[in-house]
Amino acid sequence: MPAEHGPLVIAGVEFASRLLVGTGKFPDPRVMAAALDASGTQLVTAALRRVDLQNPHDPTLSHLDLTKYRLLPNTSGARDADEAVRLARLARAATGNNWIKLEVTPEPTYLLPDPVETLKAAERLVQDGFVVLPYMNADPILARRLADVGCATVMPLAAPIGSARGLRTRDQIEIIIAQATVPVVVDAGLGLPSHAAEAMEMGADAVLVNTAIAIADDPVQMARAFKLAAEAGVLARLAGAAETTAHARASSPLTGFLRNDTP
Amino acid sequence: MIRISINGEAHEISGAATVGELLTLLNVPPANLVVERNGDVVAPGRLAQTPIADGDVIELVRFVGGG
Amino acid sequence: MTFADKLRAVDWREIRARQNAATRDQTAAAIRRANPNDLPLLFARAADEFLEEMAARAAALTVRRFGKVVQLYAPLYLSNYCVNDCVYCGFARSRHVVRRRLSVDEALAEADVLWREGFRHILLVSGEAPGAFSVDDLEAVASALAGRFSGIGIEVFPTDIGAYRRLEQVGVDSLTLYQETYDRELYATLHNGPKADFDARLAAMEAGGETGFRTLGVGALLGLANWRDEALALALHGQYLQKRFWRSRVAFSFPRLRPAAGGFAPPQPASDRDLTHMIVALRLAFPDAEIVISTREPAALRDRLAPLGVTRMSAGSKTSVGGYQAESASGDQFAVHDARSPAEVASAIAAAGKEPVWKDFDEGLRREEPPRKLGE
Repeated sequence: MPAEHGPLVIAGVEFASRLLVGTGKFPDPRVMAAALDASGTQLVTAALRRVDLQNPHDPTLSHLDLTKYRLLPNTSGARDADEAVRLARLARAATGNNWIKLEVTPEPTYLLPDPVETLKAAERLVQDGFVVLPYMNADPILARRLADVGCATVMPLAAPIGSARGLRTRDQIEIIIAQATVPVVVDAGLGLPSHAAEAMEMGADAVLVNTAIAIADDPVQMARAFKLAAEAGVLARLAGAAETTAHARASSPLTGFLRNDTP
Repeated sequence: MIRISINGEAHEISGAATVGELLTLLNVPPANLVVERNGDVVAPGRLAQTPIADGDVIELVRFVGGG
Repeated sequence: MTFADKLRAVDWREIRARQNAATRDQTAAAIRRANPNDLPLLFARAADEFLEEMAARAAALTVRRFGKVVQLYAPLYLSNYCVNDCVYCGFARSRHVVRRRLSVDEALAEADVLWREGFRHILLVSGEAPGAFSVDDLEAVASALAGRFSGIGIEVFPTDIGAYRRLEQVGVDSLTLYQETYDRELYATLHNGPKADFDARLAAMEAGGETGFRTLGVGALLGLANWRDEALALALHGQYLQKRFWRSRVAFSFPRLRPAAGGFAPPQPASDRDLTHMIVALRLAFPDAEIVISTREPAALRDRLAPLGVTRMSAGSKTSVGGYQAESASGDQFAVHDARSPAEVASAIAAAGKEPVWKDFDEGLRREEPPRKLGE
């Protein structure tokens, strides 16, 4: 499905920007705030962590202007469905909104999402009234299952979190996009603005970028680059690029028998 | 003096009878904060009214940067 | 949203404008991409000159997705009683034909003939006449046949999800229901009786999808409306079902109505070229859909079409009730133009470079327990 003219719509809410940005790993809160501004994003993610009683004044998100951005809490750290549901409920209590980015990542090296626990948690959270945006591996069947239980989007990874390897799961994401009944947000592993452009050209509805912006030498400039790249990808999709596949040629004409056909 | 668990660690607390007072005591600003007492979320507006008691399990959780 | 709603929302004027304005390059690009958005151009006049290229692509794509396999099936007519009076059908209510319905034993005897010829996939067909042949009757036949045949499809009167579920449980795995034409106004002039309800017929296919039939067969009779519009509507229907019922596979059928002496004259007959175009264009847009060609088409044409995207063919068909056991007096639903025996058709398929397959997926493997037998 090509990116439609007009805004991104998730659970009935419109967003002009198709670039979602994470708030982790920035060198300092002011740079983060400036980068978010440069990115043009309208939806930012954040995690929930225990307050460090030795350092209770952690200012990380106090620079986040919640009048400009919608906050999308995530359940990062959850290792199973129960933990994810608990974190989601805490997040809802804190924000007053029921949107949640569902992340269930039991394995700490690659932080790949557990499909079984994710589906379980998604079902429970949807039933509990949450708007669920699930982070998942690029599994087309899992995407269908998550949409079936009522998730507001699907969020397949391009490559493991922070790996910056780009669209390694391209073929699978293509299938997900072709079959999607909810918006597809490509999340994780996008390392360069060109990756984001590529994802949008393929027909993704949005992309989520964190590490690539946060750890760039100049996060503000990189945020601007991702903004432009996402827009370029959408425009290219709408402009209708021709395929570059080779022309198949049969050894002898397959339709020659029609030469004398009269209607 | 009451004994409560905060973020998984045992603490002995005196001088705080409510959650609000506990936060003041610990110097934890209430912005972007979620308090869970014995498994239940304490609504942000009810911090001053929610008592704490011996044996309580308290979780103090806040939003931080994340992807 | 139902498909009826989607169909109502189609802006045919915009589509025709797009088709008429298409340049050569745009059309060529659409053929190479064959995305859902490209469907109108695939069926446009502008695509006619690319027929050979489409055929080559379709042939290659079919082999990639289906191997060289063409599956053989046979229709089994169970009853030609019908309360509908469809203008084009040999079983229309007002026609004077001998009406017959088969008992379970008679159906088993018919099926036996098919089984001995090699068929393992059959399509149960009946008219719409609840008093003469009901869901219960259909269930009884399907149940009796389930053990012997790997695939049982039904092409009968539309019914509700409760009935479809019963049928699925006794072993029916495929539902075929032609909309005949997607032109609502034209449809109204051709049908009277319960079948006149255009939306209900579309809704029945969605009930079939909810039931979970493995294959959902949609179809149009070519010759009623303009073939290009019909093809596009049929494709949109397939696309809708494929997206909504992702566990099922879509099958496309589009038999051609032919002028018959003293019979119904199709208003816009489709030529061999039109039929070929439809097959290859559908294959390009739907790499995984089944495309079905019945014995309504002549033998020589079927042999030429086999490599171009067809995945299912009937053979040796008798379209009368009880027609396999004896030349039946009950009259044919339509004239069969490929009268070759199943074995001859299989040889012809092989000669065309394809592999005729009698038995595909073994139903028995799918279920945890065997299909529920009636009375259990």
